[in-house]
Amino acid sequence: MARSIKKGPFIDKKLYKRISDSNKTGQKQMIKTYSRTSTIIPEMVGYTISVYNGKTWVPVFLTENLVGHKLGEFAPTRIFRGHTASDKKAKK
Amino acid sequence: MARIAGVDLPNKAVKIALTYIYGIGRVSAVEICQKTNINPDERINNLSADDVNELRKMIESEYKVEGRLRTEVALNIKRLMDIGCYRGLRHRKGLPVRGQRTKTNARTRKGKKKTVAGKKK
Repeated sequence: MARSIKKGPFIDKKLYKRISDSNKTGQKQMIKTYSRTSTIIPEMVGYTISVYNGKTWVPVFLTENLVGHKLGEFAPTRIFRGHTASDKKAKK
Repeated sequence: MARIAGVDLPNKAVKIALTYIYGIGRVSAVEICQKTNINPDERINNLSADDVNELRKMIESEYKVEGRLRTEVALNIKRLMDIGCYRGLRHRKGLPVRGQRTKTNARTRKGKKKTVAGKKK
């Protein structure tokens, strides 16, 4: 179900503070975050945010078309390395 | 036979026949009938040319159907793939997009079963 409009988009308070602070000072430094559930809002466009995927920080450059998505959508948590060519061979 | 939006409508009740157009289901079919004052249970072949024109105008002006709707859907999917988000990755790989299980089932997305030799034991 979609989130209530009254509440507005979810964004981690800490992350929001860092964004609005650096927007005021005009400095754009790398931001690391665990908050994969935060929505990308227009204020964040132009930043590169490192999103944790459970193991490493994945740098995500935020552009206009990413607004409205969540940070975690751009930092995959699983790597599919493919199946072994033949299971029989693998056993021997 | 009536031809609307590039689709030949079969000789059925209007509310059913209209659903042969991509982008029009039962609900919007009845809606169209109400807006154009056409009996939704009338057979297509019994409609006058004026009625058919009326339907055609209504659909062309207020509904997104067939080619235009298809391109819109394709563009939406392409957008997801281009921005490299999770849903886009799933579309690229041809796997279910909305978190369904893939250990079994998911055959609609994955296509016909590919048997792997020696999978048992």
